[in-house]
Amino acid sequence: MLVSIYRYNPEKDDAPYMQDYEIELPAGKDLMVLDVLNLLKAQDPSISYRRSCREGVCGSDGMNMSGKNGLACITPVSEAVKKGKLVLRPLPGLPVVRDLVVDMGQFYKQYEKIRPYLLNDTPAPAIERLQSPEEREKLDGLYECILCACCSTACPSFWWNPDKFVGPSGLLQAYRFLADSRDTATQERLSDLDDPFSVFRCHGIMNCVNVCPKGLNPTKAIGNIRSMLLQRAT
Amino acid sequence: MVTQITSFGRSGLYDWMMQRVSAVVLSLYTVFIIGYLLLNPDLTYDQWSALFEATWMRIFSLMVLLSIGMHSWIGLWSVSTDYIKATGARFFFQSLCGLVMFIYIVWGVQVLWGL
Repeated sequence: MLVSIYRYNPEKDDAPYMQDYEIELPAGKDLMVLDVLNLLKAQDPSISYRRSCREGVCGSDGMNMSGKNGLACITPVSEAVKKGKLVLRPLPGLPVVRDLVVDMGQFYKQYEKIRPYLLNDTPAPAIERLQSPEEREKLDGLYECILCACCSTACPSFWWNPDKFVGPSGLLQAYRFLADSRDTATQERLSDLDDPFSVFRCHGIMNCVNVCPKGLNPTKAIGNIRSMLLQRAT
Repeated sequence: MVTQITSFGRSGLYDWMMQRVSAVVLSLYTVFIIGYLLLNPDLTYDQWSALFEATWMRIFSLMVLLSIGMHSWIGLWSVSTDYIKATGARFFFQSLCGLVMFIYIVWGVQVLWGL
């Protein structure tokens, strides 16, 4: 099989380029893209990429596989190969550190902006803040985000304004704390989001939903934030 | 978290809501005009001008004109903040859009009232 990999080493290369590798895959097995990368790394140790848990939990190996963002460790080669060729590129829109490794600084900055932790101004109880099963249920589909950045880097609004638009991942997390019954800073959080960029730069094209490796729905969360803002203002 | 003084209502929610409200007005007008033309295949000039002399039609049309101004301002403002990164060029484009929309509205009022 032919694998084409985006190569860029800023210390050596003037510009990024695509390097082709030919690889023999074991018959009768559908390897994951990460397995292919590991085999190639044995062939050419200079190929750089991030990986850790290799089972879709840590979110380290987000990359663009034949045009679609996803986690290399849980994407079968058969799914990622287009016309007999596997094309691997770094996540689009973020600065490349080397090969498939991107600088996630901008992505984390947006995450930090939404204050991803519980804010509660009531005195802390002796043991813990309780939630009913119904209240807890509201966090399903929100708390599972692993911050792999596949969604935000598939979003054109994030590409054009990564410093102003929070992005699908950050907004999913923003709604996770807006929906939490233990958080008392709802009004403050909403005020922080009510500008033309932070939430409203989302035009609902749903690229984020299309690529999320955990099957989450940031567009729905963004819709819920809009409804909360509208309810508060009308 | 982001302050923008050139957006329509200076609030993301307000812009978003106005864009949707104006979109509804524009679609109602489009459906009405298409329906009117289909129902009156032998339309005469007198009939057409009588329609636009009715006060309700002038109000409806003025509403559409203002909606076009709002809708296109919000849309083009978004486009310019996405694609035009140089501040001077962006400000020039936004000013030009504002001027064109203002001209259209004043001109439209003149046409509607036959001034």
